[in-house]
Amino acid sequence: MAAPMLRLCCPGRRWALACIDGCSRHRRGAPNGCTSSRKRGQSSVAQQPFITAQKPRKGEHEWAAVVGLEIHAQISSKSKLFSGSQVHFAAPPNSLVSFFDASLPGTLPVLNRRCVEAAVMTGLALNCRINKKSLFDRKHYFYADLPAGYQITQQRLPIAVNGSLVYSFCAGKNRSQVINKTARVKQIQLEQDSGKSLHDDLRSQTLIDLNRAGVGLLEVVLEPDMSCGEEAATAVRELQLILQALGTSQANMAEGQLRVDANISVHHPGEPLGVRTEVKNLNSARFLAKAIDYEIQRQINELENGGEILNETRSFDSKLGCTIPMRDKEGKQDYRFMPEPNLPPLLLYDTESLPAGADPQQVIDIDRIREQLPELPSVTREKLVQQYGMLPEHSFTLLNEVGLLEFFQNVMKETRAEPKKVTSWVLNTLLGFLKQQNLAVSESPVTPSALAELLNLLDRKAISSSAAKQVFEELWRNEGKTPAQIVSEKKLELMQDQEALEQLCHAVMEGHPQVVMDVKKGNPRAINKLIGLVRKVTLSRADPTVIKEILEKKLAS
Amino acid sequence: MQFDQSKCSVLKGFVTIKDGCAHVVPAAAVDLYFCSVSPGPCGGRLSTRTMLGRTLREVSAALKQGHITPTELCQKCLSIIKKTKFLNAYITVSEEVALKQAEESEKRYKKGHSLGDLDGIPIAVKDNFSTSGIETTCASNMLRGKGYVPPYNATVVQKLLDQGALLMGKTNLDEFAMGSGSTDGVFGPVKNPWSYSKQYREKRKQKSHCENEDSNWLITGGSSGGSAAAVSAFTCFAALGSDTGGSTRNPAAHCGLVGLKPSYGLVSRHGLIPLVNSMDVPGILTRCVDDAAIVLGVLAGHDPKDSTTIQDPVKPFVLPSLTDVSKLCIGIPKEYLTPELSSEVRSLWSKAANLFESEGAKVIEVSLPHTSYSIVCYHVLCTSEVASNMARFDGLEYGHRCDIDVSTEAMYAATRREGFNDVVRGRILSGNFFLLKENYENYFVKAQKVRRLIANDFVTVFNSGVDVLLTPTTLSEAVPYTEFIKEDNRTRSAQDDIFTQAANMAGLPAVSVPMALSNQGLPIGLQFIGRAFCDQELLTIARWFEKQVQFPVIQLQELMDDCSSVFENEKLASVSLKQ
Repeated sequence: MAAPMLRLCCPGRRWALACIDGCSRHRRGAPNGCTSSRKRGQSSVAQQPFITAQKPRKGEHEWAAVVGLEIHAQISSKSKLFSGSQVHFAAPPNSLVSFFDASLPGTLPVLNRRCVEAAVMTGLALNCRINKKSLFDRKHYFYADLPAGYQITQQRLPIAVNGSLVYSFCAGKNRSQVINKTARVKQIQLEQDSGKSLHDDLRSQTLIDLNRAGVGLLEVVLEPDMSCGEEAATAVRELQLILQALGTSQANMAEGQLRVDANISVHHPGEPLGVRTEVKNLNSARFLAKAIDYEIQRQINELENGGEILNETRSFDSKLGCTIPMRDKEGKQDYRFMPEPNLPPLLLYDTESLPAGADPQQVIDIDRIREQLPELPSVTREKLVQQYGMLPEHSFTLLNEVGLLEFFQNVMKETRAEPKKVTSWVLNTLLGFLKQQNLAVSESPVTPSALAELLNLLDRKAISSSAAKQVFEELWRNEGKTPAQIVSEKKLELMQDQEALEQLCHAVMEGHPQVVMDVKKGNPRAINKLIGLVRKVTLSRADPTVIKEILEKKLAS
Repeated sequence: MQFDQSKCSVLKGFVTIKDGCAHVVPAAAVDLYFCSVSPGPCGGRLSTRTMLGRTLREVSAALKQGHITPTELCQKCLSIIKKTKFLNAYITVSEEVALKQAEESEKRYKKGHSLGDLDGIPIAVKDNFSTSGIETTCASNMLRGKGYVPPYNATVVQKLLDQGALLMGKTNLDEFAMGSGSTDGVFGPVKNPWSYSKQYREKRKQKSHCENEDSNWLITGGSSGGSAAAVSAFTCFAALGSDTGGSTRNPAAHCGLVGLKPSYGLVSRHGLIPLVNSMDVPGILTRCVDDAAIVLGVLAGHDPKDSTTIQDPVKPFVLPSLTDVSKLCIGIPKEYLTPELSSEVRSLWSKAANLFESEGAKVIEVSLPHTSYSIVCYHVLCTSEVASNMARFDGLEYGHRCDIDVSTEAMYAATRREGFNDVVRGRILSGNFFLLKENYENYFVKAQKVRRLIANDFVTVFNSGVDVLLTPTTLSEAVPYTEFIKEDNRTRSAQDDIFTQAANMAGLPAVSVPMALSNQGLPIGLQFIGRAFCDQELLTIARWFEKQVQFPVIQLQELMDDCSSVFENEKLASVSLKQ
């Protein structure tokens, strides 16, 4: 797949605005919740203004950026990859450390079956070829939070290879057009996580927490098939959804369960790829996009100013919004890979190769895992569009917010309201309230049942839509009342008494002869004023269409 | 790990097997090598005799019959340990632990609930096996510095303790088991008990050397020299060694013991502080083949903590007695006939071959064509794994840490410089060189390929119908320390592992059995190498051989001054080969 070009229209312009292949076009609709690409451009470029002396000749400043990703996803498992220690986020420091995790001499790794199954399942979901034989290797480097002095990983023969990750944008006029992009998955490997170093600069100490040391990771290597921060962030978001759907990783970036390293280079189209830099430890989708775009821009600037790009490791400073070289890696690291001698080759089977009479506890059957694959996000989205006539854009939003789809589906189960109505209430009203108060779906004070009941009232025309909004607000305040209770307490039910309505209309017409005159003179808008006035006296409890009917009848007579 | 046990049935098919063990002799009939060093608490019953010189099986029988109690036995051994302290066999003597275990064992015997053959039996463990609550040093400043006390037992240690064995202590070795002399540890060299044997001293007197006798002591071989000395000097009945290139068999040969390196994967390595993970095997040092079989029976089997152990259950076994070797085929690898081989070892080797032949076995010359590449191949693989395994010793989690704190890197460097000796540092350096990206293919990968060729050599030979290979264990008998240290550790290790390391490369079981004394009165052992996971069959043949050669018992009367009268009364078994 050819890397989309990034054209620099004229000096001083941000490249992101000229990104021709879909980056800027659907900036607003990036389904990753990363809606700040404009801000991103401003903040990063503001700190590094272009210094271009002459207006370049046409074509000279065409740059293409190439982005590849290494994504580390913590496997959702009870115990670590090679030891029996439990896996918990935010446990007291060093409380989840086995002898093996602390690298006590003489301890040996024992492979966690659950982690292997998670890797196989993820590989299948990403269309990978599962290697029936894979190997473990040691990757050596000295670091305080790597107790053994090496990490056990799968360098030579990983568990899954040659897959693909399809991620999509919504584009077009109504954002109803779905554009699919594919990033090739080079491989998925099982490996150990390291511990955490906490640097206390004040006392110039480093404190080590080994709780995370040895937790199973899936390293998913994406080929350099992406070309900007947003593409990368979208791909990562899709992977995150897949992992969550599979249950193989919680993939919560804030808790470090999903960490991304990005390999970035720029080159002139038609020329060989440029020297790449690696930006490490990107732990939010927003920073990922920001860091990549900043780094692309930095490399372009560097090269345009006659500089050169060093093959180096950089980190992203989220406060300054820029990437900076990492101090600890002076020379190029030689990891001195070596086979892990304490683990025999990992053998997997399929229905055909499964040895007869094999102990199911001792073997892993790829085909059985394949049967257990849950529905993947892309299929779910497609179903939503087909089943409910939903806009693709809405299907993305429903999946992107954790728990929102489930909320939606639960509402659907209990309501007779139109799917479109439900979608609108969930995506606009509910999500709006949640965003405003920065709450997760699971923290919503309004339950799916309550919303369903409310929508039923609306559907039955028992209340008006504006009354429904009012009821929702009441529900949000969470006083333990049902929508029906709120409606009756606040007297929000629609006035169904035709006679009473007619009297009210009559009274309003009497009270506003001038407006009545206007209507009769043929001012079409004047009737709306009358409707508004009637609604006011009904405390918004009357159906405007019914009011209109009565008024029209009366005005005609 | 997959292996094929069906190959063993070939051997089972034609070996005449008798049930039971003819070697068990009633206690009263056994010759005793020591008088008691202190009057036994039970009065006269033990006042003139102890069980110390007996084999494990014999003393086990004596314990069961109540001829001696575990506590008495333990105290005798502790007292010998004190007397032989100058041998430097032990790094740590776990006296309190042993006495406590003896007490427990005694209670069990009184109730008639003994745990088995090892209940109440004093054993020693090489100081590179993790022992819960007992300091473990690997004879290195790296672990000794802060007194590393493991919080867990190695699986093999746990299995011995579960059988009621008494842990007398942790034995000396070369630092991190890197050596072939037991001379390069931070606690100093181990002295070979045979240096003080009547057999050796008498020969030396005849030769009327003018050298100072005390400075002319012999090395034990290594790296499990401490374990070998401990068993040889009667401080215990069995000891654990480790065997990566010959570290159990080499000192066994030099100390007149049986040294067994089981098949790779038969015995758990969990808790053994590794040298080369892909070759390390816990080794067993005993006074006779039967004893080694008993210990192997306890240790063998799958360990969920070691993924390289066999899955199939291993049943406890008693070696069948082999009376007819006529259907055996013994292979003599021609490549093992090296110019460096001493003429004495060479002639004993050929005597042994003749012995088998004369008893009807088929003895054939075989070829292991890649033998000569073994040493250089081993060097690359060993140092590479060493470089990797030693990376964990960084001063952070345990062990020595230097005072330098300007940076983590400086702390690492100084810690490792201070903690490791030259031999360890040298291997780390070369190992890291071989693992560099630019060298990996040329060194490590090539060495792995050669390793495969070496392993295939054995497969070819065994597939051709050979049941067991007969080779020397060492080039010569034990040499004096002063002689030994003339060469550097690397040269010596390369020379001394020549006959033993190929079995580690191929993961095969091998056992060194003492055959006879040299002209100097020193033990010489020969090695049998068997098919993978045919350890029992290997030991069965080794025991037949042991029975034929009647290797003499070490005479240590001058060492134990108050035992001299008993020694003199004793009939010395002569170096006799029934041919």
